[in-house]
Amino acid sequence: MPSSGGSVALRVNGLGKRYELGERESYVALRDVISRAVKRPLVRSRRRRAVGDSVFWALRDVSFEVPHGEALAIVGRNGAGKSTLLKILTRITEPTEGEAVVAGRVGALLEVGTGFHPELTGRENVTLNGAILGMRRQEIQAKFDEIVDFAGVERFVDTPVKRYSSGMRARLAFAVAAFLETDILVVDEVLAVGDAEFQKKCMGKMGDAADGGRTVLFVSHNMTAVESLCKRAVWLDGGRVVADGPTPDVVGRYLSTSFSALSERSWPELESAPGNDAVRVRRAAVRPEYGSPSDPIDVRTPVALEFEYWNLRPNALLNLSVHIYNAQGVLVFNALPYLEKVWQGRPFPRGLYRDTCHIPGDLLNDGTYRVELMVVEGSRAIYKQDEILVFEVRDDPHSRDGWFGSWEGAVRPQLSWETEQLVDENVTVGLHVD
Amino acid sequence: MSSPPLVRPLTVIRPRGARTLVGWAELWAYRDLVYFLTWRDIKVRYKQTALGAAWAVLQPVLTMVVFSIFFGRLAGVPSEGVPYPVFAYTALVPWTFFANAVTQASNSLVAQEAMLTKVYFPRLIVPLAAVLAGLVDVSIAFVVLVGLMLAYGTVPTVAILALPLLVVFAAITALAVGLWLSALNVRYRDVRYTLPFIVQLWLFASPVAYPSSLVPEAWRPLYGVNPMVGVVDGFRWALLGGTESPGSAFLVSVAAVVALLVGGLAYFRRMERSFADAV
Repeated sequence: MPSSGGSVALRVNGLGKRYELGERESYVALRDVISRAVKRPLVRSRRRRAVGDSVFWALRDVSFEVPHGEALAIVGRNGAGKSTLLKILTRITEPTEGEAVVAGRVGALLEVGTGFHPELTGRENVTLNGAILGMRRQEIQAKFDEIVDFAGVERFVDTPVKRYSSGMRARLAFAVAAFLETDILVVDEVLAVGDAEFQKKCMGKMGDAADGGRTVLFVSHNMTAVESLCKRAVWLDGGRVVADGPTPDVVGRYLSTSFSALSERSWPELESAPGNDAVRVRRAAVRPEYGSPSDPIDVRTPVALEFEYWNLRPNALLNLSVHIYNAQGVLVFNALPYLEKVWQGRPFPRGLYRDTCHIPGDLLNDGTYRVELMVVEGSRAIYKQDEILVFEVRDDPHSRDGWFGSWEGAVRPQLSWETEQLVDENVTVGLHVD
Repeated sequence: MSSPPLVRPLTVIRPRGARTLVGWAELWAYRDLVYFLTWRDIKVRYKQTALGAAWAVLQPVLTMVVFSIFFGRLAGVPSEGVPYPVFAYTALVPWTFFANAVTQASNSLVAQEAMLTKVYFPRLIVPLAAVLAGLVDVSIAFVVLVGLMLAYGTVPTVAILALPLLVVFAAITALAVGLWLSALNVRYRDVRYTLPFIVQLWLFASPVAYPSSLVPEAWRPLYGVNPMVGVVDGFRWALLGGTESPGSAFLVSVAAVVALLVGGLAYFRRMERSFADAV
């Protein structure tokens, strides 16, 4: 049994998780099962089809080892299997194959706020949440003041949590989990919580954990945080390990390849293109204004979004509506072509069209953006496609002026400033002396 | 922050990891959670309902009044030499506990969805806490029973010493049924809609409004397959003394509960693996 520093804290061997389609989406009604049992002959054919068509591996053949005391980042697109991996390691769900050996207690900071009951006070919820996370009563009592202090909710400990702001609630939940003494700390995307000061506290706490000999598994879309906290990263894609190595290498490869996959998409066959009887999309692309879709975009780069689509009905009054969401799921903006000069307000004859939307440089913050396309007729959406494009806006190190933390805000405009001196203290002091 | 403990127990995570019926060691490690969840269920229930603790009394008392009027007075159902209100209320104490505990336990896993999908802990604790929380109602309802027995001058016998064991028996019965239904409820979401109906039928299949002596002797063992027959007869025997001691039907009930509990634990264990995926 490994028990000293330098040993392995976590060994994952050929881990896989299979979902049957439908199992994740919805539950079954007993009534259906009973009525299906009545119509026996139908059951068998349906079963067979289900096995063939609807098996989905969220995770497959995943193997890696984490030495005790290492901070490991897990990166990958949404749906790459990161959350499934964490859920298996924290024993929320069981793997379908393979195994993982974990040395010691595992604590999770997964989407904090879980298990809080609105009717109970902050104090009661801390106690309860601690117990849910596996803390003993004495342990919670001993850390209570520290937890409340860390969360900054001292004045409200005896107020029901339903009167807390969502920020306060999340901070308190994070604090409980952060003070849990575990050998392995699993952190999933908590940096989306709270203000800049609290985020700094969280980063500090995770850094402490790693320095204090705890093993940290960190999942985040914030590459700045990943790079500053973890020396090693594992990149998951389609449920498999694509790369495992030093963070800068892995993150670099991940950023350069995984997003290009969705920076340009085309559907040359009209019949199979996404859409309906009214419109079908032929191509969508995101590129630097003066470049091609494979070129990198940083916070300073003007960006063009292009959409090519077939209008299949005569004289349709069409409008595109584009929603841009950031990695936290915040709608950054909604753009419509109402200032477009040629076709705006005119009926579209049948044919192929291209709309280009120009996003100026120095507007988007760094991060991953998801583009949702809607085709609107009048005030009615006739077609919608979520995640038609995904693109990464990288940071521009030159525009940061020495600050390395994450840059706050949904947008990052370059605004003009003026500073004027209103009173010259030297002159004033001089006056008084006289 | 102090350093982590030096000896780290190894946990192996693999498909179909849990093989024993109950993970006792783990349950023991999480004993504080059992306590806190029970305490939360009680607290929240009494905070959220306008009637609060009075509900624990009103439910069996009002049912007793209705039963006394319709079954005791109008239908003339026999009550084995005991005043009918005392006779009915003695049965309504365990029955109300059972009905509430089973309902709460059955919905417990679905209600704790957020917790189940985010944190690991022995899942058994969730329905267990729901059943334990119901015991508070039992103790409140007992206070009324004492008053009622004093008012009617019913004197208990030595058999009353068996009462704690019978409360445990009632709790285990509720847990056994709750385990089945809570696990089924995760998988088949229409279970919750059938539940009130099941509970209602179950009430009339149990000797609550009538004595089990009304059932022909030959059918008693079969009647005992309903574990609430054993629970209710046991309560009457312990509290009212005068009635005959529970016989073969009681033993059948005990056997039925053991079978139901072992099966429930096994089914719960099997379903537990997919709770987080199905909820």
